[in-house]
Amino acid sequence: MTEEVHDVRLQVNGATHAVTVPARRLLSDALRHDCGLTGTHVGCEHGVCGACTVLMDGRPVRSCLVLAVSAEDTEVTTVEGLAEDTGEDDTVLSPVQQAFSDCHGLQCGFCTPGFLTTITAGLRANPDPTEDEARDMIAGNLCRCTGYQNIVKAVLRAAELTREGR
Amino acid sequence: MKPAPFAYRRPETVEEALEALAREPGAKVLAGGQSLVPLLSMRLASPGTLVDVNRLPGLDQVTVSDDEVRVGALVRHADLLAHAPAGERQPLLAMALAHVAHATIRNRGTTVGSIVHADAAAEMPTVLALLGGSVEVASVRGRRTIAAADLFAGPLESTIAADELALSAGFPVLGPGEGVGFAEVARRHGDYALCGVAGLVRVEDDAVTEARLGYLSVADVPTVVDVTGCDPAEAAARALERIEPGDDIHASAAYRAQLVKVLTRRVLTAATDDARSRDARRTG
Amino acid sequence: MTTKLFGTRVPRVEDQRLLRGRGTYADDVLVGQRVLHAAVLRSPHAHARILDIDVSEVLDVEGVHAVWTFDDLTGPMAEPLPLLIPHPALTHGRTQFALAKDEVNHVGEAIAFVVAEDRYVAEDAVGRIRVDYEFLEPVVGIDAARAATRLVHDDVPGNVGARLEQENGDARAAIAAAPHTLSLDLTVERSACQPLEGRGTVARWDPDLGRMTVWTSTQTSTGVRGCVAAKLGLDLGQVDVITPDVGGGFGVKINHPWPEELLVPLAARILGVPVKFTEDRREHFISSAHERGQQHHVEVGFDDGGRVLGLDVQFWHDHGAYTPYGLIVPIITSTQLLGPYKPGAYRVVFESLYTNTVMVTPYRGAGRPQGCFVMERTMDAIAATLGKDRTEVRAANFIQPDEFPYDQGLVFQDGRELEYDSGDYPASLEKLKALVGWDEFEAFRAEMAAEGRRVGIGLACYVEGTGVGPYEGAHVHVETSGKVKVATGLTTQGQGHQTAFAQIVADELGVPFEMVEVTTGDTRRMPYAVGTFASRAAVMSGSAVHLAAKAAREKAFRIAAEALEASVDDLEISDGVIRVAGTDSAIDLGTVAVLSNPLRYAFDEASKAATQFSVGDPGKPPVAEDDEPGLEGKDFYSPERSTFASGMHAVIVETDPDTAEITILKYAVVHDCGHLINPMIVEGQIHGGVAQGVGGALYERMAYDESGQLLNASFMDFLMPYVTEVPAGIDIDHLETPSPLNPLGIKGAGEAGVIPSAAVFAAAIEDAEGIPITAMPISPSELFTLREAHLPEETA
Repeated sequence: MTEEVHDVRLQVNGATHAVTVPARRLLSDALRHDCGLTGTHVGCEHGVCGACTVLMDGRPVRSCLVLAVSAEDTEVTTVEGLAEDTGEDDTVLSPVQQAFSDCHGLQCGFCTPGFLTTITAGLRANPDPTEDEARDMIAGNLCRCTGYQNIVKAVLRAAELTREGR
Repeated sequence: MKPAPFAYRRPETVEEALEALAREPGAKVLAGGQSLVPLLSMRLASPGTLVDVNRLPGLDQVTVSDDEVRVGALVRHADLLAHAPAGERQPLLAMALAHVAHATIRNRGTTVGSIVHADAAAEMPTVLALLGGSVEVASVRGRRTIAAADLFAGPLESTIAADELALSAGFPVLGPGEGVGFAEVARRHGDYALCGVAGLVRVEDDAVTEARLGYLSVADVPTVVDVTGCDPAEAAARALERIEPGDDIHASAAYRAQLVKVLTRRVLTAATDDARSRDARRTG
Repeated sequence: MTTKLFGTRVPRVEDQRLLRGRGTYADDVLVGQRVLHAAVLRSPHAHARILDIDVSEVLDVEGVHAVWTFDDLTGPMAEPLPLLIPHPALTHGRTQFALAKDEVNHVGEAIAFVVAEDRYVAEDAVGRIRVDYEFLEPVVGIDAARAATRLVHDDVPGNVGARLEQENGDARAAIAAAPHTLSLDLTVERSACQPLEGRGTVARWDPDLGRMTVWTSTQTSTGVRGCVAAKLGLDLGQVDVITPDVGGGFGVKINHPWPEELLVPLAARILGVPVKFTEDRREHFISSAHERGQQHHVEVGFDDGGRVLGLDVQFWHDHGAYTPYGLIVPIITSTQLLGPYKPGAYRVVFESLYTNTVMVTPYRGAGRPQGCFVMERTMDAIAATLGKDRTEVRAANFIQPDEFPYDQGLVFQDGRELEYDSGDYPASLEKLKALVGWDEFEAFRAEMAAEGRRVGIGLACYVEGTGVGPYEGAHVHVETSGKVKVATGLTTQGQGHQTAFAQIVADELGVPFEMVEVTTGDTRRMPYAVGTFASRAAVMSGSAVHLAAKAAREKAFRIAAEALEASVDDLEISDGVIRVAGTDSAIDLGTVAVLSNPLRYAFDEASKAATQFSVGDPGKPPVAEDDEPGLEGKDFYSPERSTFASGMHAVIVETDPDTAEITILKYAVVHDCGHLINPMIVEGQIHGGVAQGVGGALYERMAYDESGQLLNASFMDFLMPYVTEVPAGIDIDHLETPSPLNPLGIKGAGEAGVIPSAAVFAAAIEDAEGIPITAMPISPSELFTLREAHLPEETA
């Protein structure tokens, strides 16, 4: 029996990806394997770890808990869409990315994309978080390497960089 | 951990959705998917068809009237949590919603979906039960309203028929002299509670005239206990007559019973204080 | 003048890639190219005989390419997987087959291997395999293993894989003669590493070249390479193993080969198409290794000052269904248990036991958390018995700074003597007391008690043998552009090796940091290596990189001296320029690289300078007899024995009198890993270790039921801490007693943060509650149960 497939237009990081997928294809898999955007990582596939977090219409969601077909007509932002392309040699890190580098907010880097997308949206909603609010912002993402200490610092640093107009 | 194959329907109108549900008996409704998709990925559920209702018009509204906060089937937890008029008229909503999983899950998960999922460990079914709210459902056979008291049939089981679609849930607003409270203990922040309690208290002339507590995670279904006239210890004893907490890998039955006692006291006190202060402001 | 980078907080170079989503983890390899995907049928039963496997329905599934069961395996693939560390005491070692032969011994054991167009279809196919089982009674947990009323393996009597005893002095006699004695029974439950990335392997067979390329998420690429070659009947030279970015290891990825690390290349070769296996989270719980499960019995004798005169420890180690990694974990417990102390006499004996559960291999800390728990609980018990301050009892037992090197009289995990190289434990303790406010705590306790709040403080000390052998190597190559390419064979999984090793090379070679590029774990670049485990990477590869850079610099100076017509002794290098000290006479390192390689052909501007018409003495061979072309340095570091890092942690907790919830109010760490290469990275390692330790102490356990089903095989129920569960701050102070064993004076740091956690939390909770804490982890529910059991008689 041949499985029914669907033609889906995914809007990711400002580009349109026309993919043909079965209904059961998870958005995380579609982004990674059909769009080739492997920056989004899959850590648990049951919505607990947050590594696969992407922005859908600006809001963080678990891409492993969304079907690719359901994501049609939404604007998806992945980690690849965070850095700014200025036409220079390389893209310019966003304030959140720069803050992670400044504060040693990552080790193995596997969970990092989920934190970056989550914090990017979090700082848009709350540009000047307290330390408690910074912790709350990342409270749904698991990291096994950093003990979160430097990620919290990175949230505050990113807010600072944003305020400085970076 | 990948879902088994299923057919996918994405109706554009409620009528189409109801027809799809009527036509395909094994079909499941997909709204936020935050409970359903993990079940699919673990292959603990493998419906023949998913009916994706995310495109249905008119279901993403929160409407606040004098009697109730009505929440459409596509309203995400995060939107309800951020809805100031809803929070003002029924503060228990925001109190409980803040405990629903993590913010990212609340961005996608729907409040009505959570209620329909009928997980006794979830916050919103108990809130609906405590407030005496209701769910409006529709099928090709017609529409009906199911009172919360008639909604929860067993573990993860509601009285909504397979061909029915929940359109909205109605939460009664806070009445004069009423106050609320909510508390839960979970292993990790954002986890399902080991025990949670929601409370509704009414005072008249500073005296408590009505007190009800709703319990989550300690029984098979959301359980509401009338504790009018009880002090906290009596209230806990009355609750423990109704519910028999069980053991699992996270907590012993005795520990859960202890949490019932502690949270009963905390929530009854908080809800009573809340009622008194609201009443004082109202009459003051 | 080039600034010295060693010891400074250099931002990590790997971040630039990882932050942009440009890392390449195993599942990212070959994305966009044709690749087939594998899924594995795993045993749903803890113990069963396989009577029949019916795969007839599988090939009907559209998109399925092949399915393997044991019967399809031939030659070395049909033999058990290697027993990697065959310690002589492991008299009954057993390993699994790549696919179960006729018996399964834990839930999750691999039975069949399906390759299909994508993972979805592969899982559909796995669901169609029918297996007939004859159920056997499982052995679950240490009690059942010891009782041995049932056996895991019919030919292993008593379920005992190994028994090992070591003794220094006559411990039992010393205890018998001691003024005070105590007995304790102490338990630690199973947990697991749980890196955010599970295992993953991709293989591509190139029939034209006769070459197998394997990308695998491992802690030892050379180890996997050896296994793939041996099992697939290939020459070592035909197999390349590349470790891409690794999403965390923590020990579980040092074990090898996992069945899939062999089956994926096998399938790729047979099918002629690249094949990928990406383990999912449920699989990781039931097929990748666990650790920590041990029961201990302690007898101790001590004097009025709390000085330990004799210590006799027996323990039982649950190693699960198989023993590929030998006895490393219990040997480490049995030796590292002693920590910074010198008991009068010590005897330890352990049994390593089979159970029908997932096998055990080292998890960050590797037996040390259990050993530290045993020793530190003993110290606390001695203090309680004597009514002394807990720090005093420890101080009375410390090895003193003037006693190094200190020989504990035991044999360590590497077969070498357990001899500590350096340390200063009294100084560490003083720092810790100041950092946590030990002497002010009673006032704080009283203040909190006045508010009806209950708090407790605990401390724990440990010593960690780091940088075990046998060796690591490094290769440094200066390109004609002046870029410096460094390769070391051990793998990296988040420790910032590309940065730390570049710091070392930049310093030694005198080049800008930006010019140095480090590759790890690629057998094409450095085929001789051991792996990343036991906090050894910085010590072993760091030293090797240093030596290789030194060799490259010596060669560069030799060539430069000739070119500049100067003496080597007068040369200095900074910012990639070698100059005669105090003069303008100078030459770029890149130019020296050009000169190092006499050429016939000029392929670019730079190389023109190196053709035979430009360089060399016509009277001598272009490459001298004892020389080789190119500006390279290669060296190996192989120390006689491990170097011993140490540290001490303290924690203040609050316990809720009603709900028994445990809250961390303060966490303090004093850490000594010798000289720090990059303090930022070291502190990051400590933070991560502490958080993992919090998980191990308060949240994480493997909840098996009696039938051997793992009840919490998901992140829903295996409670890894979020930010909300870890301390809101970790106070760290460093002490630097350099190791005399390596050129940089460094010691390992990777595991330190996790070692004392069970001990320090048990101590603090006991201090808050006044109830002995003898089993970890502990949940609020368990604390509540303990409270009920210890209620005073009249209120019980």
